[in-house]
Amino acid sequence: MANTKNWPLWEIFVRSKNGLEHRHFGSLHAADAEMALENARDVYTRRNEGVSIWVVESKHITASNPENNGELFEPAQDKVYRHPTFYDVPDEVKHM
Amino acid sequence: MSEEQIKNLEQQFEARIARDEKIEPKDWMPEKYRQTHIRQISQHAHSEIVGMLPEGNWITRAPSLRRKVALLAKVQDEAGHGLYLYSACETLGVTRDDLYGQLHSGKAKYSSIFNYPALTWADMGAIGWLVDGAAIINQVPLCNTSYGPYARAMIRVCKEESFHQRQGFEIMLKLANGTAEQKDMAQDALNRWWWPSLMMLGPTDDKSVHTEQSMKWKLKRKTNDELRQQFIDQTVPQADVLGLKIPDPDLKWNEERQSYDFGDIDWDEFWQVVKGHGPMNKERMKARVGAWERGEWVRDAAMAHAEKKKTRKEKQAV
Repeated sequence: MANTKNWPLWEIFVRSKNGLEHRHFGSLHAADAEMALENARDVYTRRNEGVSIWVVESKHITASNPENNGELFEPAQDKVYRHPTFYDVPDEVKHM
Repeated sequence: MSEEQIKNLEQQFEARIARDEKIEPKDWMPEKYRQTHIRQISQHAHSEIVGMLPEGNWITRAPSLRRKVALLAKVQDEAGHGLYLYSACETLGVTRDDLYGQLHSGKAKYSSIFNYPALTWADMGAIGWLVDGAAIINQVPLCNTSYGPYARAMIRVCKEESFHQRQGFEIMLKLANGTAEQKDMAQDALNRWWWPSLMMLGPTDDKSVHTEQSMKWKLKRKTNDELRQQFIDQTVPQADVLGLKIPDPDLKWNEERQSYDFGDIDWDEFWQVVKGHGPMNKERMKARVGAWERGEWVRDAAMAHAEKKKTRKEKQAV
C-alpha cells in the first residue's frame, strides 16, 4: 500500500426538500469541501433525494459519549411535569 | 476492566440486541462483535466494488441506448453501495485504506459469484435477474440488523436494488422472446449462472461456521438453506414466464413441502472459487489492484491541490 496522504472523511447532510431539515445521510472521503460536495451529489442523491447538501469534515464533529448518557439524559426522565399530560384539567374544558 | 465486568457488559449488550435495540458506533461492544461486523460489512462492500467489473465490461457494447443507460446506472449504484458500506464499516474504527489493503492482498473475501466471466450480453440479463435476485434475498433481512450504520446502509441499498433485478429480467425476457439464437443465448446464460447463484447464498447450514452467532446479532435472520430455498421457490416460476429451463434435472415441485426439491450443489467448485481458483479470481484482483495503483497520482494530486488552495485562502485572510 502506498504511503500517500489519505483523503479526509466528511459527514454528509442532505435536505430532501425545502421545508425539511438537513439530515445525516452518511459519510465519504474527499480531498476538500468542494470535492466532498460533488461526491455527495453522486453518492447520496442519484434519485432526487435532495435539494441541498451540507458537508463537514468528520473531525470537526464533537459527539457525546454513550458512557455519559446517564448524567446527560436521565435527569429528563423524572420530569414528567414538562409534559402536558401531567396536569389535571376537567374534561369539559375545551381547546387546551 | 476485570473479566467479570466484561462479562457483565456482554450480557447487557446481548440483552439490548434481544430487545431489538440498535447498537451505534460509540456504544460499547464486544471485540468479537466489532471484528465480525468489520469482516461481514467489508466483504459486502468489496462484493459491490468487484461486482462492477463483470458488468462494466459490457457498458460500451450494450445493444441499445435504453440498455446502456440502465447498465450504466446499475454499475454506478454498485459503486454507491460499496461506498455506503465502506463508510458504515469505518465507523467501527477501521480505515478505508486498511479495507482496500485487505481486499488487494487477498486477505478479505468478496462474493464468489464475481469470479465467473460475463461472456455474452445475455449474462447481463442473468446477472441482474439471478445474482441481484439472490443478493436481494440476502440483503432484505439485513435492513433490520443490530448495528445501526449497517442497517441504514442496507435500507438504502435495498431501495435501489430492485431496479437491478427488474432490468435484468427485462433483458432475459426480450432475448427469450427473440430469435432462436437470442433464446439460446438466454438459456446458455441461465445454464452458467444458475448454480453459482445458488452457491452465492452460502454453504449449507451444517457447514456454515458463523450462523449461530450471526443469528443472535441479527446479522442473519434466516439460515443459508432457508434463503436458498426461498430463492429457488420464487425464481422457478419466473423462469417459466421466460420459457427457459432451469438446468437441474432433479428440480421438481414437492406438494407436501409446498416447495421445490432440487439437485446436489457442487460444493467442491464453490470452495475452489472461494480459495481463489475460480475462472476470474486473478483477473478481478488484477483489475482492482491496477486501478488502485494507477489512480495513486490522481489521489495525490487532488490532495496537493486541496492543500495549495487552503494555503492560498489562509494567506488572503491575513
